Amino acid sequence: MKKTAVIMGMPVIIEILDKNAKESDIDEVFSYFVSIDEKFSPYKNDSEVSKINRKEIDERNYSKEMKYILKEAARTKKETNGYFEINLNGKFDPSGIVKGYAIFEGARKLKAKGFKNYYVEIAGDIQVSGTNKEDKSWKVGIRNPFNQEEIVKVVNISDNGIATSGNYIRGKHIFNPVSNKEADEIASISVIAKNVYDADRYATAAFAMGEKGIYFLDKLKGVEGYMITKDKKAVYTKNFEKFVIN
Amino acid sequence: MKKYLQITLILGAFGLLVIFRQLRGSETPVIGKQNQNSFGVGQTQTQTQTTTPTGSPQNQNQPQTSAMAYKDGTYTGSVEDAFYGNVQVQVIVSGGKISDVNFLQYPNDNQTSQFVNSQAMPLLKQEALQAQSSQVDIVSGASATSQAFQASLTNALNQAKI
Repeated sequence: MKKTAVIMGMPVIIEILDKNAKESDIDEVFSYFVSIDEKFSPYKNDSEVSKINRKEIDERNYSKEMKYILKEAARTKKETNGYFEINLNGKFDPSGIVKGYAIFEGARKLKAKGFKNYYVEIAGDIQVSGTNKEDKSWKVGIRNPFNQEEIVKVVNISDNGIATSGNYIRGKHIFNPVSNKEADEIASISVIAKNVYDADRYATAAFAMGEKGIYFLDKLKGVEGYMITKDKKAVYTKNFEKFVIN
Repeated sequence: MKKYLQITLILGAFGLLVIFRQLRGSETPVIGKQNQNSFGVGQTQTQTQTTTPTGSPQNQNQPQTSAMAYKDGTYTGSVEDAFYGNVQVQVIVSGGKISDVNFLQYPNDNQTSQFVNSQAMPLLKQEALQAQSSQVDIVSGASATSQAFQASLTNALNQAKI
């Protein structure tokens, strides 16, 4: 059972391989993503994020989920020496943490239903569980940031999350909060972690760090990274190769 | 006087030792150079590599379904500026559902890199980018979240709305 939708302006794909999977199981997660978008979108006028930006809500009255995201963003900022920031140029935008959180929570919903083999993807960030159709680890390709049609690395992951951060096509997307400039030193950085939530927040911060980002990832336990430089080279963390089977 | 000479000699020797240590320290990049040689293997691969386009592997799976209903057809989105170049997508709708999203245009320039050379990263391995031909289940990449991508996609889907 596989379904694709466009939610939050991004392609969302869920595939569940377990035989008892129903279309409604996937739709439930899609609905959850819609609710996340309604709360956290900086583009929606009625979202809690927009209301916070207009100072219409007092901090004490933030929703439980918003308080959690703020706490997690603060923790990530600390862990990354200030390279993760949700307040830029006076605007509050937690998108950098919400996407990974949503994918992770969506996958948790499938796990809670007893599913074993599935993946949840929002625009290139993925949480996988169990195995693929051939009863092997899921084969995930890392896209060439210089050519959309090409894959430059294949990793085999089973109960992991993978996220890729890049500026190449996004344009000015990720900011380096330390220098207050656009992060543009590298083309992309992919991160594999136990879950997509960690992979996503570390990928965002590591990308903002530029060429130093891969060293930051290398020091993190249980986290591996694959950085693609602007001169089309890849640099990867010491244990990244354990995910690569040729 | 003799004592002063002794102290001067000891200090001098210590100073020399410090300088020697520093010199040795500055030789560390040699490690980088050795590693660079091993990266050379990757570079040889670049020369011999044949770029095999892998296609968009996601699209080769069975038709994907969407939660929303659209009119069947092929819709071309607007051309959006993505800072490094233009992005334009095409959406294919069949059976009222999105079956495919393709890139018609994407930035593909070959920017000269200002990235530091390999000596600056002596501890981690490097390789040249090489197209993989193997089939994959899923693709991880940053491009699909671009604002330009979203704008072009939204434009295409608006045309498909019933």
